[in-house]
Amino acid sequence: MSVLMFEKLHVPSSSMVTLFIDGIPAQAECGESVAAVLLRQNVAASRTTPVKKSPRAPYCMMGVCFECLAVVDGVASTQSCLVTVQEGMQVERQHGRRSIAS
Amino acid sequence: MMRQFDVVVVGAGPAGMSAAIGMRELGLTVLVVDEQPTPGGQIWRAVEAVAPTKIGELLGDDFRSGKEVAARFRACGACYEPHSQVWQIEPGWRVLLKQAGRAEAVFAAQVVLATGAQERPVPFPGWTLPGVLTVGAAQILLKTSHQIPSDPVWIAASGPLPILYMAQLLRAGGRIAGWIDTSPPGAWRRALPWTGVAIADAAEIGKGLGWLREIKRAGVNRIRDISHFRASGDGYLQELEYVQRSGKSTRVAASVLLVHEGVVPSIHMTQALGCTHGWNPQQLCFAPRLDEWGQTSLSGIYVSGDGAGIGGAKAACIRGEIVALGIGHRAGVMTAEAALARAAALRKKLHRLLRLRPLLDAVYRPRNDIFSPADETIVCRCEELTAGDIRRALEIAAPGANQLKAFTRAGMGPCQGRQCGYTIAHLVAAAQKKSVATVGFYRIRPPLKPLTLGELASLAIESDT
Repeated sequence: MSVLMFEKLHVPSSSMVTLFIDGIPAQAECGESVAAVLLRQNVAASRTTPVKKSPRAPYCMMGVCFECLAVVDGVASTQSCLVTVQEGMQVERQHGRRSIAS
Repeated sequence: MMRQFDVVVVGAGPAGMSAAIGMRELGLTVLVVDEQPTPGGQIWRAVEAVAPTKIGELLGDDFRSGKEVAARFRACGACYEPHSQVWQIEPGWRVLLKQAGRAEAVFAAQVVLATGAQERPVPFPGWTLPGVLTVGAAQILLKTSHQIPSDPVWIAASGPLPILYMAQLLRAGGRIAGWIDTSPPGAWRRALPWTGVAIADAAEIGKGLGWLREIKRAGVNRIRDISHFRASGDGYLQELEYVQRSGKSTRVAASVLLVHEGVVPSIHMTQALGCTHGWNPQQLCFAPRLDEWGQTSLSGIYVSGDGAGIGGAKAACIRGEIVALGIGHRAGVMTAEAALARAAALRKKLHRLLRLRPLLDAVYRPRNDIFSPADETIVCRCEELTAGDIRRALEIAAPGANQLKAFTRAGMGPCQGRQCGYTIAHLVAAAQKKSVATVGFYRIRPPLKPLTLGELASLAIESDT
């Protein structure tokens, strides 16, 4: 149940970082956003909604739709389109309601 | 100690950068905060890194021109803090920020809101499915990640941005499965009153026609006379169905669908502050009411750029420069005569840059059904409320937009009405047989961006410092 939605025009040789999406390593170019990386994965969804558990993926890429919310380095409901990738960053898809602890 | 500046600028796009440069020339202390990692706003996203590359070349000269403005901004001496979000502004002016997990209050005598625009929400059945994105989102992915849709992409859109993006995508080697041109029929008839302007601005019109030629040469399937369309799929976009006015229905497989119906000013901050707004009937949006210097109804709060009404990047730069003069005069570092004299030339330029806008607004009017979606269509994405849910609630007690929020939770999710505000306003107006201008927008409340309790707790209280 997956489809590749977006792909990079080229594979850059240098300045790559590795981040982890639900524990699975993903390559990213320095300076790009976590949401952009999510859209290149086989499952592009960043979260499921608190109301009906529907899957949602990055939609606006400019901070106004809040569909790209994910748990980034332990912080829930982070707008992943506004976060720049870092080496070793831990990204988890956010399922349903965020927990108050994180 | 709380940091204090003559001016805090919110947003480092064309308007924010130009205002900062102008105010620094007048010797004011300036803090510029911006959500993004680098200056440029949405139009010039990642321009410093991308302009000199092949991608910069295919994005075009209007994009690359941002590099020079960004360089002047970097050198202007303003304190520039990227990756910063403003979540509230209180009288005083006390600007509440969050940066790297910490909250901070900064004092400013004057504030410039240069928060630009957002794409107009475009509700249709299936628009919440993964795989449906805005055209602006796809263009940002091209600018910042050199990333294009893997399969031939479907585009259901109207306006200059989709035409530009399609041309850029083709130059990048991307493929377009089809363009569902949603602009209502009769575009040229609507454009007729503006023929004079079109001739005067032939160069700008020529750019648009050039993009259209590129799209045509590539053999893109342009589908017109659309009555409605829907996206469907199990957990993500799989199929697109469009129905033409003739009644002919077509179903196609799709993995990415890009949508766009123009842009509207970002009004969340001015709404939260309680600035007076007016309805713009040409651009079908609310915008803060401003004086000749860009000052809102609140003394010391200025709006610059597309947040004042859609005008594009060049106009945003000029508006930024005009705001700088107004603030310089108000701060007492410039006489009224000097400010007026310098502003006169800028206003002339601004007038020239804005004269084509009514034509664009007329030609690319958004399709009507985004304001009156079918009952099954989700209108509040966050709370998953359909147009039918809203219409049923509206039958009960004829509530206004804010009461409706309390009844249904529409507009209470994380986007705080950024994706449903206009749809709700139109549904309320239709139910009450009033104009949208009368019905108004949601009351917007802080925090304007998600804030953790930890971040809130990190805020130093004045008495502590």
